[in-house]
Amino acid sequence: MSVEKQIVSVSDITRQIKMSLEQRFPRVWIQGEISNFKHHTSGHLYFTLKDEGAQISATMWRNRVASLLFTPEDGMKVIARGGITVYPPRGSYQIDVEQLTPVGMGELQIAFDRLKQKLAGEGLFDESRKRPLPMFPERIGIITSETGAALQDMRTVIARRFPCVELILAPVRVQGAGASDEIAQALREMNRHGKVDVIVVGRGGGSLEDLWAFNEEVVARAIFASEIPVVSAVGHEIDFTIADFVADLRAPTPSAAAEMIVPDRLELLELLRNNEYTMRQALAQMITTNRERIRSLVASYAFNRPKDMIREFVQRVDELHRSIGTNIAHRYERAAQGIESLVKRIRGASPRSILRRGYAIVRRGESVVTLAQSLKCDDEATIELQDGKVVTKVQ
Amino acid sequence: MGSKKVHKGSFESSLKRLEAIVESLEQGKVSLDEAVGLYEEGIQLSRECAEKLRATELKIRKLAKSVDGDLDVTDLDKE
Repeated sequence: MSVEKQIVSVSDITRQIKMSLEQRFPRVWIQGEISNFKHHTSGHLYFTLKDEGAQISATMWRNRVASLLFTPEDGMKVIARGGITVYPPRGSYQIDVEQLTPVGMGELQIAFDRLKQKLAGEGLFDESRKRPLPMFPERIGIITSETGAALQDMRTVIARRFPCVELILAPVRVQGAGASDEIAQALREMNRHGKVDVIVVGRGGGSLEDLWAFNEEVVARAIFASEIPVVSAVGHEIDFTIADFVADLRAPTPSAAAEMIVPDRLELLELLRNNEYTMRQALAQMITTNRERIRSLVASYAFNRPKDMIREFVQRVDELHRSIGTNIAHRYERAAQGIESLVKRIRGASPRSILRRGYAIVRRGESVVTLAQSLKCDDEATIELQDGKVVTKVQ
Repeated sequence: MGSKKVHKGSFESSLKRLEAIVESLEQGKVSLDEAVGLYEEGIQLSRECAEKLRATELKIRKLAKSVDGDLDVTDLDKE
């Protein structure tokens, strides 16, 4: 019996292999190490999974690449989930990867550490470039999920502490495929259009995978490029994300971020009250001081000089007045004495007193005769004596 | 002067000015006339700041794409 030769075409056999393989392995989980990793411009990933003894080609289509939590690299150990497919033109089989996860959490950690080391080396985490937050922000940019608890928490805290601000929300997805690109884009847009004083980027707590967007390089670079100070507020108090290292300030939770970026109005109102009190006290003190100064000026020697001078003048006038009085009295007395002696002397010089001493006055007519020769014979002369006149005839 | 309106963006500058006034008043190196002027200004600033702090409603708006593809800020709850 001869073996019946069944001759098939290459295509036929390939189709049979394809059917056989694809039905046999519709979904498998393959663990291996990535090599020949290529991220094609089309967005698809091409790589090889290998172990010590074998290798298998792998493809991952663009729409699935978006959901990756990490960037695959050569040498990384991964578990690929997918179906085996055959590509007839090449006669090759491969795994069509639906999901790719690093082996264990350790691999995510490695991805994290690698990125952290790389960015640190570039200076993205340098303390020297961290900017202070504005003390009193007027507008606050918030990049988070519109429906998440993070937004509600921040609204609540800010409304309580410092409601005189405006929140500008840039709604983004905070986990899953494309979240990191959305966050990075929102950071750029907030810088360009938000006119905000500070940006908070964050979300509530979650698993490491949930938070992964905040460990992505695009987010880190967008935070680094922000002109406006950025506060990271990613869930989960304990774990740090790459975003935390790049941000100007890391808040352990969204609520804590809100506490950090706005002051407490009650404290401020207290401060204002204290200021008013201090001002009032200071002014009152100044008024008191000035009043004291006026009082002491009024009491001062210099201020009282005019009064003293007036008093002195009054005294002098009084004195002068007194001395004038005595002077006049004195003079008067002396004058009176002088007059008396004059009267005496005048009295002494009076013709009558001479007549009393035995002299006589001879007159002819009315004129007094002092020389004998003035009289001629038969002239009539009047002789005045002490007690009266006699008329005689010169002989 | 004496405007009752609280200007936007003035909180920080108002508070700085207020602190400067408090300091000059405390040091007492100004004349009494100046001090009275400063006091009036300070009280005015203080009242303005307090008024601003007593605002009760927190405004929240959304950064969103407008019709022409540009980004715009719109009220969050009016959509």
